[in-house]
Amino acid sequence: MAMVVDVASWVLLTVGGFFVLVGGIGALRMPDLYTRMHAASVTDSLGAMLVLGGLVLQAGITLETVKLAAILIFMLFTSPTAANALASAALLAGINPGLAKPWRQEPRS
Amino acid sequence: MTVFTVFFIIFLLTLMVITALAIVQTKNLFAAAMLSGIFSLMSAMIFFLLDAADVALTEAAVGAGISTVLFLGALALTAENERAGTAGRAAALAVVTVITAVLVYATFDMPRLGDPNAPAQLHVAPWYLEKTPEYIDVPNVVTAVLASFRGYDTLGETFVVFTAGIGVLFLLGKAPVGQPKVSPAMTFAGKTGLRHYQIPRVVGRLLIPFILLFALYVQFHGDYSPGGGFQAGVIVAASVVLYALLEGEEQARQALPAWLLRLMAATGPLIYGFTGVACMLLGGNFLDYSVLAHDPVHGQHYGILVIEAGVGVTVTGVLISIFHSFAARGAK
Amino acid sequence: MIYYAVIVAILVTMALALARALIGPTVYDRVLAVNMLGTKTVLLLAVAAFFIGRPDFLDLALTYALINFIGVLAVLEFFRVRAQRSLAEEKEGE
Repeated sequence: MAMVVDVASWVLLTVGGFFVLVGGIGALRMPDLYTRMHAASVTDSLGAMLVLGGLVLQAGITLETVKLAAILIFMLFTSPTAANALASAALLAGINPGLAKPWRQEPRS
Repeated sequence: MTVFTVFFIIFLLTLMVITALAIVQTKNLFAAAMLSGIFSLMSAMIFFLLDAADVALTEAAVGAGISTVLFLGALALTAENERAGTAGRAAALAVVTVITAVLVYATFDMPRLGDPNAPAQLHVAPWYLEKTPEYIDVPNVVTAVLASFRGYDTLGETFVVFTAGIGVLFLLGKAPVGQPKVSPAMTFAGKTGLRHYQIPRVVGRLLIPFILLFALYVQFHGDYSPGGGFQAGVIVAASVVLYALLEGEEQARQALPAWLLRLMAATGPLIYGFTGVACMLLGGNFLDYSVLAHDPVHGQHYGILVIEAGVGVTVTGVLISIFHSFAARGAK
Repeated sequence: MIYYAVIVAILVTMALALARALIGPTVYDRVLAVNMLGTKTVLLLAVAAFFIGRPDFLDLALTYALINFIGVLAVLEFFRVRAQRSLAEEKEGE
């Protein structure tokens, strides 16, 4: 039984790590601020959920599980809020979504 | 400590060096403030890996949190970029090189990490570890050492925090001479703060009670887990700063007026000192809590509880006062 | 053993985020990178608490989660103040 829990926990942690890494690569490689924010959000939502879920399996029903749940709920509240605040500040400062440009421009003849 | 942990720490140290070089190199002060936040994040992580959870918690709350907020508050008062100073560059480089060489030379005499024969392991540390269950009986030895065995040191630190607060208030409390005053809307957190940003405001207000609850947990659970008065005080101050950011600094000042904050800053050292005097009146030594209750171990528990509360009150009062004095500087 | 992969993944992500913080190019990119580093530190602290066998140290990760959010709001407020000031300076210039 302990073996099954460990394997399940390993799978969750590793898949979570994979999503965190993908988000990190995206945050470095994406072409403009807003797409980078999109990539970064993957690490905070899916990555955090999977990693903390994997840790919950390790912790079992203890005070640690409550703390992990508190961390997860906190991150799920704050990181979209922070992203929204940052995006609105950037938009107000006049930074335009770069990828939207070719779509809006007149087609070149 | 496994090989993996060592590589883990070396990787973090490498990132720290890169960050430090970038801080030195950049002329943009905002970028430097952000990078110093990153630097602090990583050093807290390393403290944590070296099993120093209390220090890591302090670094997390002060270095990455409150310092960044204070840096930004100060930056709002000044220019965007560092002024280029060219005078004395060669001399500065020489001084830095010499000091680095001396420090590197000094590390050769340092004991290896975890060496059982290191002076730190041979002096009083074994005695503390051995006697804590007998004399004080709290699981977190750091709290026992900090609050009881070395209670004088912590009393001193509390006074240092108090004095530092007074110093900052002296420097920044008075209106700047010869500079035009600006409307409160243009000062950090100012009159309205982020009131127009509805989403952060709703979420932030929702979180404040939980942050305060967590601060109480850190304060009163410090005997059992990392934490105590210093860390809890910083977290309470952080929640008040969050309130000031969301609702405006003026609103926060109404909730916790300046006289109350100053009173709090002064109360902590007084509580601490009177605890020591009470111990003397009950027939013990100064800050020997054993006489505070019917049996010595309970007395120690009461003493630690009271002085940690004093430390927490001081840190809260001082940090919020410092935040206000930065935020309100130059306002009409 | 089960923590090795996720620790390496988070550490590499922190390095990538640090690279983004260094190259910018706008201040918002830097803030994004700092925020991302903060949340990655929360995850790393949580994993490391289990890795070094001290899950009771999770308080630290919780503190970081709180502090990180306040930092981002402080940055936002800083941008607001700076925008207000430059607006006022433009008015004076007219």
